[in-house]
Amino acid sequence: MAPVATPFFFYLLSGIMLIGGILVITRKNPVHSALALIVTLLAQASIYLMLYAPFVAGVQIILYAGGIMVLFLFVIMLVSIERSMKERQFNSQWVVGMSAATALGGLFIAVYTKGKDIFPDHALSMVEDDNTQKVATMLYGQYMFAFEIASLLLLVAIIGAVVMAKKRI
Amino acid sequence: MHEIIQYIESYLTSDKTPGAAGNMFWALVYIMLVFAGLSVAVIAMNWLERKILAHMQVRLGPMRVGPHGLLQPIADAIKLLLKEDIMPAEADGFVFWMAPLIVVLAAFTVFVVVPFGPTHAITDMNIGILFMLGVSSLSVLGIVMAGWASNSHYPLIGALRSSAQMVSYEVAMGLAVVSAILMTSLNAEGTGTLSMIGIVQAQQAQGEWFIFKFFPLGLIAFFIFAVAMVAETNRAPFDLAEAESELTAGFHTEYSGFRWSLFFLAEYSAMIAVSSIAVTLWLGGWLRPFPNLLSGSTWDLLFSLFPGVTFLLFAAICFYNTARMPKHPLFRIQTIGLAGFGAVLGVIGLVLFVPAVSVRVQDIFWFSTKVAGFMYLYIWYRGTFPRYRFDQLMRMGWKVLLPMGLGVLILTASVALLQQKIWHP
Repeated sequence: MAPVATPFFFYLLSGIMLIGGILVITRKNPVHSALALIVTLLAQASIYLMLYAPFVAGVQIILYAGGIMVLFLFVIMLVSIERSMKERQFNSQWVVGMSAATALGGLFIAVYTKGKDIFPDHALSMVEDDNTQKVATMLYGQYMFAFEIASLLLLVAIIGAVVMAKKRI
Repeated sequence: MHEIIQYIESYLTSDKTPGAAGNMFWALVYIMLVFAGLSVAVIAMNWLERKILAHMQVRLGPMRVGPHGLLQPIADAIKLLLKEDIMPAEADGFVFWMAPLIVVLAAFTVFVVVPFGPTHAITDMNIGILFMLGVSSLSVLGIVMAGWASNSHYPLIGALRSSAQMVSYEVAMGLAVVSAILMTSLNAEGTGTLSMIGIVQAQQAQGEWFIFKFFPLGLIAFFIFAVAMVAETNRAPFDLAEAESELTAGFHTEYSGFRWSLFFLAEYSAMIAVSSIAVTLWLGGWLRPFPNLLSGSTWDLLFSLFPGVTFLLFAAICFYNTARMPKHPLFRIQTIGLAGFGAVLGVIGLVLFVPAVSVRVQDIFWFSTKVAGFMYLYIWYRGTFPRYRFDQLMRMGWKVLLPMGLGVLILTASVALLQQKIWHP
């Protein structure tokens, strides 16, 4: 199926993502921040869908919005909201913040103006139909070793967390 | 005007789902049909659950509103709509307001990919099953939000229990699903599929339902899913999140009226959704029983009579009970109503005998029948099993179902590999 109103949806989703991101850092209530982060993640999943990467979008929803954010909320709900409401939200380190923001902004402007020359001009081809199969052959064929190393790293992290949390195993 | 009609008619010859064919009109029609069908199913489930539970416990159940309490769900709905909508004074207003909406949205959105037939789905996605699992996992968020926003102890504990339970059973559920998806790749090309329609077509091509594939591996995977899906929907015997004796009503204690009814709606449509996943993955989706063993035009004709016969049977039950109604003048309206209901069911049954209709509709019939079987199981569990304790629930999820799921996945992969490499090289 041909895409419909692509620029409109791109700007809509980007706008939702930006507003969500800003709300994450400005809300005083941590639960509200977490909910805003979920909105951002869902909008990001939709952008993956627009880029013909449905598998990545699905994994994004399952892992981030459905898994990790639930654990976030789980922990935040047990924290006393009253105390965290009184805490200072911003440390007034203007100099560091401004310089970091200027560097990032400069990079964005540079990419926006000169991007055509730096990056090769690739038009997206519609490969929606066998996207998942392509990801699978990539992960378990070409990049098998890297994939297994990454999963081993995660296993080590899990065991480490258990060892640190439990006194007697 | 002519172009519009042409646009509408152009889909009728297509053999794809409206979403895949890109036909907006039929996609909207299907969305409305699915929504209406779900609402009717939830209403029917409400009545059936109370009635069947009552009969299991040697009670009568609802009898007053309408013949055999048939109008009880409607009376309940009116009561819920008219009830005062209360929000606790210390509640977090926005989150409290959003929570039921998120739960309902998650529960209804998954039906976008449910395949009621090879062409009877709103759309067919490349990531169908992943989409279903992902979106239904979002309903945890709504439950957590509801529990937290109520600013009260019972809902918070209920939400904590519920989210811990759902997150841990999702793991076992995912492993069971993966072992079923592995089976879809046992074809000449060796590529599997995540699309809901593709999964059923794989079962058709391989000539057996995945529940019987590599016996007993498919059966064990199905069993893991069947247990995990009850936990996932917070139903008895895993309904600790809303254990009445301990937590009043769990996460929705502070909700009343319409908001509460949204939670109710979401719970039942989530039950239907996970049952549809189970039917699609293991029980052959829309396929009729024995499509290979009892093939041929005679058997096709015989099985195509099933939908009509079922509805005629329902009509016969209605008429039988009409004859048994008390002859007192006070019961006259009820008697006429029941007879009318029976007549409607009978007409539907007769229409279903028309070959042109029954060819299109029998996929939906078989799918719904299988799902209805699961719905009955849900009620049966609730009537027979005692509730688990929370540590028992966690032990069951992490120490029994998860290792079983891993074992089944590894065994399925090994057997599939052996079959492809050695037996059929």
